[in-house]
Order: sequence, then C-alpha cells, then structure tokens
Amino acid sequence: MADYLRPAYLEDALRSLARPRTVLAGGTDFYPARVGRAIEDDILDIGGIAGLRGIDPTPQGWRLGATATWSELIAADLPPLFDGLKQAAREVGGRQIQNAGTLAGNLCNASPAADGVPPLLALDSEIELASLRGTRRVPLATFIVGNRRTLLAPDELLVAIHIPKPAHEARSAFLKLGARRYLVISIAMVAATLEIEEGRIAGARVAVGACSAVAQRMPALEAALAGTRLDETLASRIEPHHLATLAPIDDIRGSAAYRCDVVLTLLRRLLSGFVP
Amino acid sequence: MKVAFTLNGTAAEFAGPPVTRLAAALRDTLGLVGTKVGCDAGDCGACTVLLDGAQVCACLVAMGQMEGRSVETVEGLLQKDGTLASLQGSFLAHGAAQCGICTPGMLMAAQELLRANTAPSRAEVEDVLGGVLCRCTGYTKIVDAVMDVANLAMEIVPPSGEAVGARIARVDGVAKVTGSDRFGADSVPTDALWIRVVRSPHASARFALGDLAPLRSRLAAVLTAADVPFNGYGIYPDVKDQPVLADGIARYRGEAVLALVGTRDAVLAIPDRDLPIVWQELPPLFGIDAATTLGAPLVQADKPGNLLLNGGVRHGDTERAFGQCAALAQGTFETAFVEHAYIEPEAGWARRVGDRIEIFATTQTPYMDRDEIANVMRLDRAAVRIVPTACGGGFGGKLDLSVQPLIALAAWKLGRPVALVYTRPESMAASTKRHPARVTAKFGCDAAGKLLACDVTASFDTGAYASWGPTVANRVPVHAMGPYFVPNVRTWGEAFFTNGPPAGAFRGFGVPQAAIAHEAMMDALADKLGIDRLEFRHCNALRAGDTTATGQKLEHSAGLAQCLEALRPHWRKALDDVAAFNRAEGPKRRGVGVGCMWYGIGNTSMSNPSRMRVGLAQDGTLTLYNGAVDIGQGSNTIMTQIAADALGLPAAQFVLVAGDTDLTADAGKTSASRQTFVSGRAAELAGRDLRRQILRLANAGADAVLSLEGTTLAVRDGGTVRGIDLATTGPLDGEGVFDPPTTPLDANGQGVPYATYAFAAQIATVEVDIELGTVKVLRIVAAHDVGKAINPTLVEGQIEGGIAQGLGLALMEEYLPGRTENLHDYLIPTIGDVPEIECILIEDREPLGPSGAKGVGEPGLVPTAPAILGAVHHATGVRATRVPLLPHRLREAILAQGKAR
Ligand SMILES: Cc1cc2nc3c(=O)[nH]c(=O)nc-3n(C[C@@H](O)[C@@H](O)[C@H](O)COP(=O)(O)OP(=O)(O)OC[C@H]3O[C@@H](n4cnc5c(N)ncnc54)[C@H](O)[C@@H]3O)c2cc1C
Ligand code: FES
Ligand code: FES
Repeated sequence: MADYLRPAYLEDALRSLARPRTVLAGGTDFYPARVGRAIEDDILDIGGIAGLRGIDPTPQGWRLGATATWSELIAADLPPLFDGLKQAAREVGGRQIQNAGTLAGNLCNASPAADGVPPLLALDSEIELASLRGTRRVPLATFIVGNRRTLLAPDELLVAIHIPKPAHEARSAFLKLGARRYLVISIAMVAATLEIEEGRIAGARVAVGACSAVAQRMPALEAALAGTRLDETLASRIEPHHLATLAPIDDIRGSAAYRCDVVLTLLRRLLSGFVP
Repeated sequence: MKVAFTLNGTAAEFAGPPVTRLAAALRDTLGLVGTKVGCDAGDCGACTVLLDGAQVCACLVAMGQMEGRSVETVEGLLQKDGTLASLQGSFLAHGAAQCGICTPGMLMAAQELLRANTAPSRAEVEDVLGGVLCRCTGYTKIVDAVMDVANLAMEIVPPSGEAVGARIARVDGVAKVTGSDRFGADSVPTDALWIRVVRSPHASARFALGDLAPLRSRLAAVLTAADVPFNGYGIYPDVKDQPVLADGIARYRGEAVLALVGTRDAVLAIPDRDLPIVWQELPPLFGIDAATTLGAPLVQADKPGNLLLNGGVRHGDTERAFGQCAALAQGTFETAFVEHAYIEPEAGWARRVGDRIEIFATTQTPYMDRDEIANVMRLDRAAVRIVPTACGGGFGGKLDLSVQPLIALAAWKLGRPVALVYTRPESMAASTKRHPARVTAKFGCDAAGKLLACDVTASFDTGAYASWGPTVANRVPVHAMGPYFVPNVRTWGEAFFTNGPPAGAFRGFGVPQAAIAHEAMMDALADKLGIDRLEFRHCNALRAGDTTATGQKLEHSAGLAQCLEALRPHWRKALDDVAAFNRAEGPKRRGVGVGCMWYGIGNTSMSNPSRMRVGLAQDGTLTLYNGAVDIGQGSNTIMTQIAADALGLPAAQFVLVAGDTDLTADAGKTSASRQTFVSGRAAELAGRDLRRQILRLANAGADAVLSLEGTTLAVRDGGTVRGIDLATTGPLDGEGVFDPPTTPLDANGQGVPYATYAFAAQIATVEVDIELGTVKVLRIVAAHDVGKAINPTLVEGQIEGGIAQGLGLALMEEYLPGRTENLHDYLIPTIGDVPEIECILIEDREPLGPSGAKGVGEPGLVPTAPAILGAVHHATGVRATRVPLLPHRLREAILAQGKAR
C-alpha cells in the first residue's frame, strides 16, 4: 500500500526523497491526472512545512515559498513590479484553483500553457532547489527544459522562487488569450517587465507562453526596446522577426499561424498598456 | 491514518487512506452526499466547499491535508432552526436551481463572496462563481439570486384556480437548495458492488478476449458480450444495433467491451496490462465524406453505403420557382459533434428482488428504459422496475441507455446490489452527441422579398450506431425551410454511419444545425435586396392560416410575427447603438443579428401518448402520479400547477409521486419539448376527471369551489356547502390521457407531422475583436411564443439555459474523440461568457395544449447560434460556414476576407 508523508520540517521531507515520491502541494495538477483510477503513488505532502510558506521581502528582492498559492499572491502587499504576476494569478482557473494551487506547482508541472511561467520569466526569477545533497539556484529559464520536464532531480524539492529587486523603478503586465472567460487554458499569453528611468526603458524583459514547448523570453525584442523612450510609439517597435524563436503548434485551441499572428497583437497591446 | 477536522462546525474524524479526495470522503465515508462530483478534476466546481472559509474543489483536496482544518458543505447552510438560509431562499425564489446538480457548489462559492460583501456587483459575482459550471440555467437566475440575496424573497402561494401563470417556486426545489436531492450516484447502498467498464481505445478495431479466468478469480464477475441475453439495444423497435458489450468489433472509441464487477477498490486496482484483450486496429471512418466514399468499409454490415436513412419534403415546383426569383442565396454550413456536458455523469445502481430487477438511475425516460432492459435481459416488462433518481441534466443525452443494462445484468447474476458511476471522461467518450451536419441550402425570393423557393440538403454523421439518427433525419426536412411561408420546397435529410461516437438526441434533434443555414440565407437575401433583416423575416413569417410545406394548415398559435414585433424596438435600438460604437476606430467591432425558429412539439408523425393520474386518498392526501421525468426543466412543478387548476385545489396541497414505473403511468419520454404540451394536457384531463367525480358525488354544478382539509372535501356550490368525508367515500382517482393528433408523412413528406409548433426569434449583440478573432456576446433578447407560460420563471429558465447552449454551439463546443474528453479541453460557457438575457414571452394560445401552452424546452437553443453568427457577420462581414467559430477560425476568415478585397 502506498504511503503518505506530511512532514513538518524540510529536513524530514528531503530525507524521505531517498526513494521516489510524488510531491503534493495544492493538488490541482495531481488529482486531475488521476481521474477514475486507484492512486498508488507514495506521496510527500509539503503543505505542513512552515518553512516553505509565505511571500516575503529579502535583502535582494522577494521570496515566494513553495506552498504560496495564487490567492496568497493576489492578496500580498507587493510593489507594481508584481502587477503582471498578479494579473496572471487572477486568470488561473477559477477561485477554487487560485485558493489551492501553488505557483511552484505550476512551474514543476511545466505545462507549455502554464500561466505562471511568462510573468515569472519576465521577473528574472530564480528557482531554489534543495536536496540532502545541498541547495542550488537556477534561473527559471533553464529550470523548465521541455514540455512537462524540469531540472528537478528525483530527490529534490523546489523550495522557493526568488525575484530580484530591479535596478530601477519597474512595472509589469500580463495578457492571456483564451476561448472563454474563466477556467481556460491559454491559447497564448504574454508578459513584460519594464524598468523605467526618466521616461526611458532602462531594461525590458518580455516573455511569451503557449507558443513553444517552453515559454520563452524574447531577447531580440528586449534589445530593440532597451534604451528607447516610453511613449506612444512603443508598440510599433515590435517587429515580427523579434519573435522568430517561437515555434507554436497546431492544436485544438488554435493553429500555429494564428498563434504567431495574435502574439504580435497581444504584445503590442501589452506594451501600449505601459505608456502613461 | 486518522484525521481530525471540523465539519460544518462539528468535530469529525476520518480514518482511511490520506490520499482520499475530500469529496470522496464526504460522500462515501461521512455520508454527506450534498457535495457533488461532476469531474473529479477541478473543472466543473460541483464539489465546491469552503475550506477555512475559502472555496476549494473538494475533489482536489487530500484528506491528509485536513488535520485541524474546517470544512463547510451545503449541509451546513441551513439556519439553526432548520429553515432555509436567505441565500438558499433566494435561489429557490429566483429559479436559480434547475436540475440542481451544480447548486451546492454554486451556493458554497457564493457563500464565500457574501461573507465579505453582502451587496456584490454582477462582475464580483461572476469572478467568484466563475469556477462553477452550470449547464441548465445560463447563469442568469443564479447571478440574480446572489445579487438579490439581501431582499428577502416572498414565497408565492397562489390560491385555488390561480396556479397556472404564477411564478411559484419549484415543488422539488427545497431538496435542490439544501443538497438533499438524491441523484444517480447519491443513494448507492454501502454494500453495493461496483462496475468498472473497459472501453475501446480505438475508433475501429477487432478484438479477441484471452483467458479471463485469472481476472475472474480476483473479482466477483467479469461480464462479456456472451453474458448479455439479447446483446442489442436502440431507440427504434426495429433497430437494436448497439451492443451492451461489444462482441469482437469495436465501432467507436469509448465503446464498452468488458465489465469488471467487484468491490470498488478491487475493480479500480486492476492494472490495464492485466486485461487480456488483443486489439487489431482498423482504419477508422471519420466524417460524412469518408463514409460515403465508394468502397468505404461498412460500419454496420447490413447498411450499404453506410446509409442509415434518408427522406424529405417536396412541395410545389422549386426548379421553376428559382427561375422566377429576383434574388438567390446559397451556402454550405458545417457543425461538429457537440457533447451534452450535463454536470451529472451517468450513474445508478440495481438490485434483484426475487424475480424482478429494480434500477435506480438517472434517466430521461423510465418507460423506454424498462422496455429496453426487459428486451436485453429477456425478461417480462413486469419484471423490470425503473426508479428514476433526480436527474442532473439530460438535454437528450440521458434518453439512451447508459449504466442500466450493466448494473442490471450484474445485479441479476450476483444477487447483490451493483452500482456504476461514469467518470467524466467515460461519460464523454461513451455517450451520444449532437449530430455533426453539413447543410447545403439555396433560397430565393421575389423583388419585394417574398420567399418563393428553397432547396436544402442536410447530411448528418450519425456515428457508429443509429440511436436517434432517424429522428434527426426525419425532423430536419420538416423544419429546414425555417419558420417561413415558402410555396416551393425541396428538403432532404440523410444520415450516415461513421466510426464517430453515436450521435443521438440533443436539444433540437438537428433543427439547430439546419437553422444556422436557413437563417444565413435570410440575412443574405435581405442584404441583397437592401431590406432590414428583421423586417425580411417578419414579412415571410408563417402565420395562423398558412399552410406549411408538408401541407398542414396552421389553424392556431403561430406567433413568430408577434415575436418579431416585440423585438422590433430592441432591434432598432441595438442597430443604432452598434452603429454609434463602430464610428470609433479600433479593433473592436460590434454587430447585431437575428435568428428565428419553429419547432414541432412531440414526436414526428408518431403516436406519443401520456397518461397521468391524480388521486385523493382516504386520509386526504392529494397525489399527482407523474411519470414525466423532471430533468431540471421543471415538469414536476408545471404538472402540479396544471392539475391543481384543473381540479380546483391549491397547488401547495399536492404530494408528488414521480417517475417510478411501479407507481406512475407512462408519460412518455422527456424529449421533443413535449412534457408541458402532451403530459401537461394529460394532467389537465386527469384533474378535470377527478373534479367531475367530486362534483357528481356532491351533486354540485360546474362552478363549485372545492377545499380540502384533513379528510374532508368541502364543495361550495352557490350558497350550499356539501362535505365529502374521504374516509367513508373511499379513494378517488382521476385519469387523463393525451396523444397529440398527427398523421404519417407520405413519400413527398406530406402530412401532419406535429399537432402544434413553438415559434421564437432572438437578437444578439456581439463585440468582435478583429485582431484576435474573439467574440463576446454582449446581450440577447429572446421572444418566444409559448402558447401560455404556465410558470414564467421556469419558462425563462429554459430559454436562458438554451441560449447558453446555443452560444456554446456557435462559439466554443467541439467534441473530438480522444482529444476533448474532459471539461478542461471541451469548453462550455462559464458564467462570464453568457451575457445578460432579456426574455419576452408571447402567448399565442394553442387550443390543444393545457391552458393553451406549448413546449419551450428545445426552442431556447435553436435561434441563438444563428443570431450570434448573423451578428458576427454584421460586425465583420465574415459569414461563418463552420461552427464552432473558434477565435483562430474567425481570425483566419477575417484575414482571408481582407486579402480577397
Ligand atoms: C480547473 C483547473 C483550471 C486550471 N487553470 C489553469 C490556468 O488557467 N492556468 C494555469 O497555468 N494553470 C491552470 N491550472 C493548473 C494549475 O492549477 C496548476 O498548475 C497549479 O498551479 C499547480 O499547483 P499545485 O500546488 O496545485 O500543484 P500539485 O498538483 O500539487 O503539483 C503539481 C506538480 O508539481 C509537483 N510539485 C509541486 N510542488 C513541488 C515542489 N515544491 N517541488 C517539487 N515538485 C513539486 C508535483 O509533484 C506535481 O507533479 C488549472 C488546473 C485546474 C484543475
Ligand atoms: S468534481 Fe470537483 S471540480 Fe468537478
Ligand atoms: S442547474 Fe446548474 S447544472 Fe443543472
């Protein structure tokens, strides 16, 4: 019979990963993958570990604990830098999913359509992984390696998401395109963080999701935006070739050609929204 | 592991596997079945409960996470004195619960909101209820109920003789808002065995079963085709083509192959690799073109050309008439498989009682179930008892057998109760769908805009088995010219077998698909002649006195023109508003569209009688014995209102006995919008019959006034009051039978297919984002000729719910076997997708109907997609020829149109 551990301390959790276990956080990806069959996984429930909770400032920025939920994020007192991530959180599933699901789980599940990934990419997030062997920090951009694949080793836990404090005043935004209002998987989504210094874009980080196996930053676009003025012409600086690295697929939610087409529109609208 | 937590304010304990879902623990271990399970995957929200005050899906919470926490369920909502909480009262008064399967989840989600905010805005209500799906109501009345909770609703209790037309609350509503109604999965005995059905993963395959002995040794039974006494069922007496368990050939993905019977844990624990099935995949036939290709393999060996059947209506001389037309329009339109997506998956249980079998299951048609089970099991009809549970939505999908034959066979064989509850993916894969259609239409009119001729061919993909395919192929030719007077008509319907899921009955039986075509033609002709689209329809509307294409003279009750007249001010205003909006530049373009429909009530040219009884027992109990199953549409209430006024006693005095084939008479199936018209008329006759007997006993005149107190029936006739003591007179029984008068259709489709028709028109205002291809429906105004609204709240509920399904048909719903087999990938409208709806009820009395009423169950859905697609065309110039009009399809069409210019 499968066992179920709900330790109170991270140490015990990591020790239990000496043998393979399925990590359970909010369960919103775990249970839907197990409809109508016996659940035989050995489970490590991380919900009881106080050290994994919370959303807190750190000297370098902010730390989102592994069990922080979408709703906790929405309710947290955070600067405008987080507006994009909060917009994404409000668009995840319905309220029930936001109340239970965690950001960390969204990253570990590594769906190409995970709404948390583009805004967290645009925040330059780093992922903190821990095992009995020690801890390591990797950029989110390298953490997710493919459709539903991450760098997580079998004995490792994601313990926190770190967001660095930007050098300048910064704002962020997020747009999601879905075929209905609530409870919908994204056809495409875009996120951006702009650092602003005296009316100029000191730094831009832009990411696109659901248009490749892993959501991507758009370095060519970011380079084209950096140093330019934050004015009405912002959106017109996006060129189709900036998005050349996207490789969308045809699926039930939309064709590849459609995704390429609408991503341009979404990005233009997203950037226009930054213009005062 | 033991878990201690708080449940509705009281200490509770759970002992069992910690990975058990909270929803399962509540239902199966703690006995609180008010929390519903519609998907076990977070997608439907039926299981919504409050966990430490915040709404969560109970199907996504592990019991291992519950230690020390507090959970609130629908069972905890009642006030301390046992009366309804104001939220529950508001749901009841507004008619916010139809079938009621989503109601507990809705109530709990709303509760989270109302604790923080007693006067929420519409947007706030939508945000908080966005995670709970409802397939019945179109959400309108749910939003109203939540927003209106502070205004304590008054209970409406009409006196004798005034029940018809009153907005009384559903007679079965308290159970729905308290979570005490019992649906298919809610009353399974604890000692019941469980069935797991093994289904074909292939759309077309041969298979061989290996040695089943090892499996059988681990389970109570393993049923195969060989265990089914007569292994074929189907809607029509001469077409029993669908096996209960496939016999060596699987014709669609999801077809049942084996039934594993044992304890629930035991059947779930069998790994797929232990199933001795050897598959030989065959190339599947998908779509009408594949099925009709010369030399295509036959899905059913005895159906050459894969043709199920065809037929049509011919009237006048279309060739000649087309030659005389001043304007012509033509087009071809395609629709997809559409899933019913009732929130309650198929479920039930059966037990053997001596030499009888009793089935407790969710169904739309207890009597057909009884006869079909008797046939499959080779039993006498009298040996089969069907007790319908509450039905959590049907829409046509619970007319066909689902769990019934397997639970009956297993319970019969094992002598123990046996249950089967479909999972959501199983429900979607196994059950019937709306027929995909290809409708090719040509319409022509004279220079003044009078229609002269039409030619419509509707081809349907009926999937692997006949199911209701013949009904669709027969009904559509009668309706395909639309609700208009067209002197020269050729219509044709045909249905072909494929390896798709069996296409069956779904709200409208093919008429919604055909309406997309005829309404596009109306728009095109009106535009060609520069005539207003609504006025064009008004000028051509069928009216009382007109003769239809089948040669039937419409004597009464043809209220389309009145519907359009009622819409006219809304239409003009919407056109003005849209024009004003579109004057501004931008990617958002608005448009208005109108759709019309007519719909024959009841079976097409076939007898479909209903029998109803009203009994007064010696103890004074007044009972309506009602065999018409209420699947949420409200027939329990409607029948009570009708019978009450016919008898002359208050509706509130009735007790209801519903559905049970041992206790009620056959009132036919809940389909074809027939219950109000057909069973309602029978209820009226039954009430009158009982009244006649009472008046005779009392020697009183026709206008006498009745009242019932205890066992005494007082009959007041003028100045005299006569008392009848039921204890001494004995029980009284009134009976009514009604079968709508129809005649068969001849080879040219001439005859009287229906005794009466419902008419309707709707207008939709949409906003299209032309850069993204998304469509937001902003508003719908619906005018429906219902003959007489027996209960306006329930009628509006049917229209609003139909509109939501029509919106889904137009914009988002497409069932693709293997790809959209869950409510995550198969999208139905959420609370944020259905716009504000205004209903206008037109009452053009039908003399045959009870108090003049006709049906409204299906008509709500039919004009919606045409109105929306017309509005999209108005906004963008794009005429959709394929639904659903997904964002990428619309965007591609907009781009293609730009290039063409
Ligand atoms: C109805 C519904 C709607 C949804 N809508 C959206 C949507 O709109 N957008 C969107 O992006 N997502 C959506 N989701 C998915 C979203 O809820 C999840 O991705 C969620 O954020 C995952 O968090 P969780 O805590 O529930 O993860 P769980 O289900 O508990 O776990 C998810 C996976 O991550 C692993 N895991 C979790 N935490 C850790 C950890 N700390 N270390 C290592 N491994 C870990 C688990 O083993 C599991 O494989 C939806 C889900 C549902 C059911
Ligand atoms: S049953 Fe839990 S969301 Fe559907
Ligand atoms: S009343 Fe909402 S699903 Fe039936």
